[in-house]
Amino acid sequence: MRRALPVATGGGSAPAPPGYFDQEEGGDRVKRVFTAVPYVWLLVLFLVPFGIVLKISVSDYAISIPPYAPTLDLAGGWSAIREYFAALDFENYVFLTEDDLYWKAYLSSLKIAFVSTVLTLIVGYPIAYGMARAPEAWRPALMMLVILPFWTSFLIRVYAWIGILANEGFLNQVLVGLGVVDSPLAIINTPVAVYIGIVYTYLPFMILPIYASLDRMDPSLLEAAEDLGCSRTTAFWKITVPLSRPGVIAGCFLVFIPAVGEVVIPYLLGGSDTLMIGKVLWEEFFSNRDWPVASAVATILLLILIIPIVLFQRHQQAQREAGQ
Amino acid sequence: MNRLTGFNVVSLTLGFAFLYIPILILVIFSFNESKLVTIWAGFSTKWYGELIRNEAFLDAAWVTVKVGVMSSTLATILGTMAAYVMVRRGRFWGRTLFSGMIYAPLVMPEVITGLSLLLLFIAMGIDRGVLTVVLAHTTFSMCYVSVVVSSRLVSFDQSLDEAAQDLGCTPFEAFRLVTLPIIFPAVLAGWLLAFTLSLDDLVIASFTTGPSATTLPIKIFSSVRLGVSPEINALSTIIIGLVTIGVLVASVASKHAISRRIADEKAAAS
Repeated sequence: MRRALPVATGGGSAPAPPGYFDQEEGGDRVKRVFTAVPYVWLLVLFLVPFGIVLKISVSDYAISIPPYAPTLDLAGGWSAIREYFAALDFENYVFLTEDDLYWKAYLSSLKIAFVSTVLTLIVGYPIAYGMARAPEAWRPALMMLVILPFWTSFLIRVYAWIGILANEGFLNQVLVGLGVVDSPLAIINTPVAVYIGIVYTYLPFMILPIYASLDRMDPSLLEAAEDLGCSRTTAFWKITVPLSRPGVIAGCFLVFIPAVGEVVIPYLLGGSDTLMIGKVLWEEFFSNRDWPVASAVATILLLILIIPIVLFQRHQQAQREAGQ
Repeated sequence: MNRLTGFNVVSLTLGFAFLYIPILILVIFSFNESKLVTIWAGFSTKWYGELIRNEAFLDAAWVTVKVGVMSSTLATILGTMAAYVMVRRGRFWGRTLFSGMIYAPLVMPEVITGLSLLLLFIAMGIDRGVLTVVLAHTTFSMCYVSVVVSSRLVSFDQSLDEAAQDLGCTPFEAFRLVTLPIIFPAVLAGWLLAFTLSLDDLVIASFTTGPSATTLPIKIFSSVRLGVSPEINALSTIIIGLVTIGVLVASVASKHAISRRIADEKAAAS
């Protein structure tokens, strides 16, 4: 991201015009203000809230407003503060390990996210590849066709599948009508419906980075390979696939990370059979109103996701540096 | 690479069919006479009529637009500032944390962001409603804006800005009169992205809203949980139509702006 500053024009030996140094300081002031405003915003509304989640995750559930205890009473002086810290414990985390609902939900979320990522890659790669090979004039239109669903409401796109996958839904009507199956398939409210939902809604996130890396590829490499006697298939596996690796990696992270915490898709398509941690957290919060346990669930989820998030940022950073 | 094989044609056709057929079915069934969404019983626009008379949906739509305009405008200002800092400012204290906070919200699961913001608002004693949803949406969408704007800033020649300052502009004037007009298409694209993200958000809004501010996605979600209804299909069709028109207009406008800029550059060079 950071660019080497070009050497200032005009040279260092020339006398500075009047007011020049003031301008430099003014430039610093603009940059300082431009740094400070978003910085403070993100500190207060992004970083501090995580601290609060951590804090509440070591508090206890209470029937009060807000529904957790203890609450810090600074007016009570030093003894109140000490009492407050003495009341904090890791009880909620112990509870998460004792009830197998939670660790099963974490494992099942990771599994569902992993399988969906692989499926999205299998569906998305041929589309990105086809786009990259399409005539130059078509490409902007094809790009637009991939991006357009992304702009359309996520919730609506998930909703669309309820009508398709339902027992008396569109897909089953077609399958039964064609005689492919005798009785309607039970797809809705199963993990299969969740896979379909994730692949469908996250597909643009997979296609676009792969397409971007395929588009950058030098076509003469493939011609050279063919001239040297490589078959088309071999050239594809030995040249195209390795060169598209950065796009594949970025696409996989962009699907996997949010899919682990997905709520809406398991809620609407997965039914009660599908266990996903985002849905557990949602219900813990909205139905059980157990904020401390919900906070502990969120903390563990964050700890699990920190690894892929950091890997993803490193990968993006390396790509940016390689691109310059 | 300009040789489409049979395989390419098939994968493109199937791929786009997969992306568009569900939306198409949704739109078709919004014109269904029957209350049963899955069985066709003749053409009718009665569900659109029902929708227009449904006060709850209209109220929710108004709240959503209000939240969207406010949060995307704030997000555009903050995100443009952040992009400028990321691209133009060298090392400074806390830069790593700054860029981490810009990129992390892009992949952070919404349940975590939503829960943490809600707990913040409660700790601060802020009543939940339109204001808290605006604050929440601004926070995650400013990061998207800053990514969009910084990709434009990277390719922009910094010496133009320096020239303006050498010619007597103050640094802020140089930003306002030189940098901002050049990156404006990206700023506008960032605003549009922030606006659609806000219109679209269910999870973060559910956590951070109060009874006074039900947004459209929250309303849709609560009625969809009870089952499929043709009214929701009608509402979805309207939203899809508006978004499609918006995206097409924006893309035509930006293409126009780019070709005009190329023409200007040619004229300036000759």
